[in-house]
Amino acid sequence: MLNNQPIRETDINSLKKLAQTLRKDVLKMVMASREGHLGAAFSCIEILTALYFNVLNIDPLQPDWEDRDRFIMSKGHGCFAQYAVLARRGFYPVELLESINQKDTLFGGHPDRDKVPGIDVSTGSLGHGLSIGAGMALADKRDGKASRVFVLLGDGECQEGSVWEAAMFAAGNGLDNLTVIVDANSLQAIGKTDDIIPMEPFSSKWKSFGWEVREIDGHDYSEILSAFNNTLSTPSVPTAIIARTVKGKGVSYMENEIMWHARAVTENEYKQAVLELNEGTSF
Amino acid sequence: MRTAFCKTLYEIMSRDSRVYALTADIGFRNFDEIIAEFPDRFVNVGVAEANMMGIAAGLALSGKIPFTFTIAPFVTMRCLEQIRVDLCYQHLPVKIIGAGGGFVYGPQGTTHHAIEELGILRTLPGMTVLCPADPVETEKTVLGSMSLEGPSYIRIGRNNEPVVTDEKSPFKIGKADTLRKGEDVSMVTCGLSVHNCLAAADLLALEGIHASVINMHTIKPVDKETILRCAEETGCIVTVEEHNIIGGLGSAVAEVIAEEIHHSIPFKRIGLNDVYLRMHGSYDDLKQEFGLDIDGIATAVRTFVEEN
Repeated sequence: MLNNQPIRETDINSLKKLAQTLRKDVLKMVMASREGHLGAAFSCIEILTALYFNVLNIDPLQPDWEDRDRFIMSKGHGCFAQYAVLARRGFYPVELLESINQKDTLFGGHPDRDKVPGIDVSTGSLGHGLSIGAGMALADKRDGKASRVFVLLGDGECQEGSVWEAAMFAAGNGLDNLTVIVDANSLQAIGKTDDIIPMEPFSSKWKSFGWEVREIDGHDYSEILSAFNNTLSTPSVPTAIIARTVKGKGVSYMENEIMWHARAVTENEYKQAVLELNEGTSF
Repeated sequence: MRTAFCKTLYEIMSRDSRVYALTADIGFRNFDEIIAEFPDRFVNVGVAEANMMGIAAGLALSGKIPFTFTIAPFVTMRCLEQIRVDLCYQHLPVKIIGAGGGFVYGPQGTTHHAIEELGILRTLPGMTVLCPADPVETEKTVLGSMSLEGPSYIRIGRNNEPVVTDEKSPFKIGKADTLRKGEDVSMVTCGLSVHNCLAAADLLALEGIHASVINMHTIKPVDKETILRCAEETGCIVTVEEHNIIGGLGSAVAEVIAEEIHHSIPFKRIGLNDVYLRMHGSYDDLKQEFGLDIDGIATAVRTFVEEN
């Protein structure tokens, strides 16, 4: 963990490029598999790249290294982004992503820890990841280990009661080695979060559950890295980073459009998306 | 059985530092020794069973061996999807202990009874389902569960149950124990019903009906070999369990009979006939009302034998 280290402009520029590459990786996977959750993958790309390239203490050559930091993609439907970032981080060759539409591929619509190197927890059903992360953080604490646990939640996912059971547990047990990032893209499967079950005031909810809360622009690398650099600031208090994001971020016709929660792209849509990502028009 | 479980868990924790004890705020004084000696490995997660299973999964993914404990219906059905996804799908060695299985919590009412959980958990791939008969067998079962690589469920009772198994007899998960031999009928049973079946078999013997009593402490994987041997030796089988007759031990035995025996044999499931108890009373009152006391079982078996 690069706690309190200055954030370099060169880091940010290379991360920005990487994010666009990852979005193209994800698009290719959705094209190949004819399904996938594009919107949810695109909203968390910057968060994942920052984590995997600047934050997590991991070793692609030893995915099961005992003292590694853990990352749990609790919003498992965003896993195409995680598949891509693991490939780009060196856990397996990028070309392997092309197998996504083939029989016996490692890459399903939700991540399986038995198949994909670097996946710590199998997810897909919402509301499970934070409890599991809290269990891991508890084990590390009790063993006196310095490793840390990061859990990515969706904002819609936070409608699951089990998230708040885990939130209470983590605060009650002083798990300052546990960090939650909420990919708050304000849209869920079939509507706007505000119209379904409003989650606001979101930050206050987490604060009142005993968490240290930071609210950031989830696509702005200086804010993301700064938030990660400032976790662990209060002893015995877990950190929640509320990352305000845009579902479908990076492709104009997908941004903030509910239909892109789980739709495949046509050939023409694919070409336009790649064009936009090559030009970086959304940034 | 609760005391036997906690005593055994304490012993296991004494020699294996990977073992954690988790409770969802049940077990007043039961964990005193564990708390005193291993405070770092005891976790009361509060009244939050779903979270308890997730915490257990996280601990197991970090190399720990967690035991999760609370009242049987809550530790199984409240958090079923966590058991399915976090434990079974990921094949983690978490032990689930359900206290007061069946309707041992009699007067507490239907919310506190577990009459469906053996059947439900039996359908989960990778799950081992265990139902010891008494405190002695509880100890053996808990110790035996340590050798399982995947998740397991152990249904126990409360306290001061009569001992019906032998301290010295060997115990093997998946291998049933024949506690009594007879030639007229086989009574295949589990858990607290084992005691009543043995007593019912004594009554029946006075009338000239000689029953075998099989302690099928492992509901899954069920011991096919013993079921087939029973069919051969007595030609008819009854199952007796404190559970809905749908899904539990009776169904497990029926599946073996239907698939493995190529001729018709008389068979009957004795248990709760797809009903909630909906009646307040002591555990004994409920057993009597629903035909799972000694006389009720003897009557049902007698009728079954006479009709066949």
